[in-house]
Amino acid sequence: MQLTGDRFTSETAVFGNDLATLPDFPAEIRAPAGSLPGVSGFQVHFADHDILTPGDQPNVLVAMNPAALKVNLGDLAKGGTVIVNTDAFSDRNLQKAGYATNPLEDASLSDFHVHAVSLSSMTIEALKEVDGITSREAERSKNFFALGLMSWLYNRPIEGTLGFIDAKFAKRPEIAEANTRAFKAGWNYGETSEDFAVSYEIAPAKLEPGTYRQISGNSALTYGLIAASKLSGLPLFLGAYPITPASDVLEQLANMKHFGVRTFQAEDEIAASGAALGAAFGGSLGVTTSAGPGIVLKSETVGLAVTLELPLIVVDVQRAGPSTGMPTKPEQADLLMVMFGRNSESPVPVVAASTPAGCFDAAIEAARIAIKYRTPVFLLSDAYLANGSEPWLIPDVGALPDISTEFAASPSDEENVFLPYKRDAQTLARPWAIPGTPGLEHRIGGLEKEDETGNISYDPENHDLMVRLRAAKVAGIAADIPELEVDDPNGADTLVLGWGSTYGAIGAAARRVRTSGRKVATAHLHHLNPFPRNTGAVVRSYEQVLIPEINLGQLRMLIRAEFLVDAVGYNKVRGRPFRAAELEDAITALVDS
Amino acid sequence: MSKGNGLTQLGAKDFKSDQEVRWCPGCGDYAILNVIQSFMPELGLTRERIVFVSGIGCAARLPYYMQTYGMHSIHGRAPAIATGLAVSRPDLSVWVVTGDGDALSIGGNHLIHSLRRNVNLKILLFNNKIYGLTKGQYSPTSELGKVTKSTPMGSLDHPFNPLSVAIGAEASFVARAIDTDKKGLTEVLGAAARHRGSAFVEILQNCNIYNDGAFDFVREEKGNRIYLESRAPIRFGAESEKGVVQDADGSARVVDLAEAGEDGLLVHDAAQREPSLAFALSRITYETDGAVPLGVFRSVERPVYDDLMSQQLEDARERSGEGNLEALLHSGDTWIVRTD
Repeated sequence: MQLTGDRFTSETAVFGNDLATLPDFPAEIRAPAGSLPGVSGFQVHFADHDILTPGDQPNVLVAMNPAALKVNLGDLAKGGTVIVNTDAFSDRNLQKAGYATNPLEDASLSDFHVHAVSLSSMTIEALKEVDGITSREAERSKNFFALGLMSWLYNRPIEGTLGFIDAKFAKRPEIAEANTRAFKAGWNYGETSEDFAVSYEIAPAKLEPGTYRQISGNSALTYGLIAASKLSGLPLFLGAYPITPASDVLEQLANMKHFGVRTFQAEDEIAASGAALGAAFGGSLGVTTSAGPGIVLKSETVGLAVTLELPLIVVDVQRAGPSTGMPTKPEQADLLMVMFGRNSESPVPVVAASTPAGCFDAAIEAARIAIKYRTPVFLLSDAYLANGSEPWLIPDVGALPDISTEFAASPSDEENVFLPYKRDAQTLARPWAIPGTPGLEHRIGGLEKEDETGNISYDPENHDLMVRLRAAKVAGIAADIPELEVDDPNGADTLVLGWGSTYGAIGAAARRVRTSGRKVATAHLHHLNPFPRNTGAVVRSYEQVLIPEINLGQLRMLIRAEFLVDAVGYNKVRGRPFRAAELEDAITALVDS
Repeated sequence: MSKGNGLTQLGAKDFKSDQEVRWCPGCGDYAILNVIQSFMPELGLTRERIVFVSGIGCAARLPYYMQTYGMHSIHGRAPAIATGLAVSRPDLSVWVVTGDGDALSIGGNHLIHSLRRNVNLKILLFNNKIYGLTKGQYSPTSELGKVTKSTPMGSLDHPFNPLSVAIGAEASFVARAIDTDKKGLTEVLGAAARHRGSAFVEILQNCNIYNDGAFDFVREEKGNRIYLESRAPIRFGAESEKGVVQDADGSARVVDLAEAGEDGLLVHDAAQREPSLAFALSRITYETDGAVPLGVFRSVERPVYDDLMSQQLEDARERSGEGNLEALLHSGDTWIVRTD
């Protein structure tokens, strides 16, 4: 089903609609078919104008079995269209889904336009002349039948999908043939069946000129890391341990060895981060990718990187927790962990992506800060951004920032002494002297270091100084990042402040609130530590500040603590993104209060 | 340093850093440090090409005293950190210094995985059978029943035999030496350095504060040292009056030469591919046989992780050409939106 969703998205992207997707699947690889927890869904929202979210209420639901109908019907807009595979509505499947009576035969779907299509049997019928496939394989092609039908219904271009099928199943031409036939049969069914009276035309959206592609958050993150390696001139070293929803990045980077990328699948999360830090000591761009349950194990490495003052990018593709939680579902509840989840005073810059395509820029920004300030940096994404996709205006490579650095090449003073902790006056960054550089042999470690020399020191005043220097270095990054931008066309009294993947839902909600004649301002943080330098001034300039988060108020806690502003929260932690409608309601209630 | 012929000849003093050595007076670590510093010139490398990485513990302070590059890292994690450094910088000589707690307790996982991967690391495990830096708790190599501050009624866990662990973890090079045995330790370090891949060396080290005399049976009583020599029958003792034989079940044991006869002795071969011989020798201990094998137990060639990774990078470039960012960003389906 995820494959089918991806293809429809590709057709839609190539056609030129703006779009946003929300894949929603279980953590189990082959969850029992037909059971409620086993339902794998793919939501796509597309339009002839720019859109910000995968949509609150789909207009069309394709349900391949009763369980899929039961799980998703509640999301569908009243009056929406339901296309069901009647072949799957057996007594047994109805029972598995918990239906006492067949919803196709009682009145429970009376609010919707129902198209009952025997998808499985029509697929099998269409494939009866294909040699070399089992009946089970033929039945499996029904998703392509459904894709063909939907492609007809929305006038999608089909050449891309036909080419895709040939390439994807090149090793099994009979499967390629079966899927192609099923796809075409679905299209033809739409065209010839009188069941579907109309097909829809959604004109291309008016987007900024340029070359576009569709991209998911994890792919954008991968490309961003590759770009950071190129832009910095540092070879990329990824240490990772497989974990949902971050494994894609490891897998994709493992395919980028021609970019000089070294990927190391470690024995555990600890070794993954340790190896990345070891590579950074040697002059690589060290990266480790994980999700919350892996990030907790990396805390000691991040602490070491803080005191070694070496660049390290730590990617947290957040998922619902605590502990194992809901591995495939998004959440924003790791913010306080990455801020404070280490022993002692251990400041780490935090960068957060807001959109799937935005993961590209966020990765470059995390690398820029890590390299320039010789510090570990947390890069936050989440399961929604990771798997969701959208059109992306491909950037001009020549216009990407220069994030190159220089390694130390010579001793610090005329006495030929190298001082590994002698800082740059402006950035407070220390020199990065890599092994292999003659004359700069030095030792660094987790023990407290004397200012400048880096020698072990237990001196009380020196420790206080070093704690403050490390804090000042990270705080000083505020001067080197853009100010917080506020979107406030009407001079509102209420500000909605967000971070991360709530960007789309907040933006869509604010549009609706403004359409209703109310005034609301929005601002979105891409840097969580340090905050942009005008953040305090912005939040203090509004009478009311609303902070929607998919956690119980973590950014709100930071904003209140740092700026003494009585911000209020809108918090739901359901393992799914906010709907624009619920944020519209929350904002409206606050504006009207 | 200069030999006057334009070449630079480094000596032991060139590898001493300006930091005061802070181990307890009488600690076996001093002897090991001296041997390592004396050995370093034999590597034939300039100092900037050498890196010592350590975890936490008394032994882990060693990098601070070496005038090379060095990192004193996190408890148990040195093999992982050194792996990242070694595979990304094949031009360096990377040494890991660890202890029995660091390598076999908190860092056991990283140790076995670095050995099985055969990363080009030289791992020196200073085994004093005690936790020294935390002031005297039993370690994973302490004997069963060890009475320490944390085990007033005696320890309950069966100890690890470090060499058996390493051999079981597919180590391609395994050796043992004694802190005060300068000749034996130097030879082992040389063999480890020449070995391409992971080299694991256990160094029996006396902690004179918390576990004094733990290795006196072999440190002081030299007749109990079994020096292994490849392709030679294993004989030892003050008068070479003892030897090692292998029984039908594959195990090895110490015998009187008079009993077995010269021809009955086991002939050592560190290059034997099957690890069973090295493993059998690792099971000979003072407790079982009253003697301790020293030297190189196992040294076999096996593909090295670092080399394999570098090769994949080369192969990928050959296949796909040098990575092009512009092309990557435009890969897959693209479409153009034009100005109206």
